[in-house]
Amino acid sequence: MIITIISMALVVGGLVFFLGASTGLIRFPDFYTRMHAAGKGDTLSSLLVLLGFAVYQLKDFQSFSENWLVLLVIVKLLGISAFILLTSPTSTHALMDAGWEDEVEPEIQKGRENHLNDDYPKF
Amino acid sequence: MEKHATKQNLYRGITFALLFATWMVFSGLFDVFHLTLGVISCGFVTFLSSDLLFEDRSTPLKARLIQGVRLTGYGLWLIWQIVLANLHLLKLAFGSKSNLQPQIVRYESKLLRTDFAKFLLANSITLTPGTVTMKILGDTFYIHAISDIAAEGLDGEMERRIARVFADREKEGNQSQDS
Repeated sequence: MIITIISMALVVGGLVFFLGASTGLIRFPDFYTRMHAAGKGDTLSSLLVLLGFAVYQLKDFQSFSENWLVLLVIVKLLGISAFILLTSPTSTHALMDAGWEDEVEPEIQKGRENHLNDDYPKF
Repeated sequence: MEKHATKQNLYRGITFALLFATWMVFSGLFDVFHLTLGVISCGFVTFLSSDLLFEDRSTPLKARLIQGVRLTGYGLWLIWQIVLANLHLLKLAFGSKSNLQPQIVRYESKLLRTDFAKFLLANSITLTPGTVTMKILGDTFYIHAISDIAAEGLDGEMERRIARVFADREKEGNQSQDS
């Protein structure tokens, strides 16, 4: 019972962050700020949802000798989490770099710097 | 020559053990047939590409283990940073648009030499609140910050933490790293 509640809390928490990410994706002004929302929001929310699944696997856990196969599922889920943790920022970075190379103009706040355009001009 | 061969075999053994552990986790079947298949395929992959996994073999195993432990500690700190980043994002997504001050700032890395350490720093910057690495030219990181507060947050604490993880290797300044 407690385990079900914990896993539900984790999954719902993940969904809240997913909601924030999608809202940001729609509301933010330009490509780069939207990538902030997509790249960051996805990481923690997927981690939380996967962690919730991993906790849920422990629901019928009675003894180690009977249910140790469940641990394999948990290891797999944690493996997916580690993979997302590594690849999500990398793909965000790759997309932003591609956007700059493809001359997508960033919206810079008035009075703030754009150092990349100083050193590696595109506009 | 004798010593070199022993080292080669040691790394072959480590590669095989890692592959076989992965095999067992993914298959979940422990009868003789499936384990034999695992030994055959892992052995074949080890034979073909055992030199791919640990590119730099000059570091002794003990130092590598210590680095692994330190890296785990860093990972835990990073996960906390990710939580902060997401709360920050949630606030921005539902808040007023006047909170956004997009800008691109420079960040000069002074402590990190190796490609792997730089990759780790770039990834970590992306995961922390309000900043994404856009480009790395030499030692300069170009970072897109979503607000003034995020841009001020780049004070080099993260770089020091990463430099501490690779403390013994960074001094030598060797270029090739394991992946």
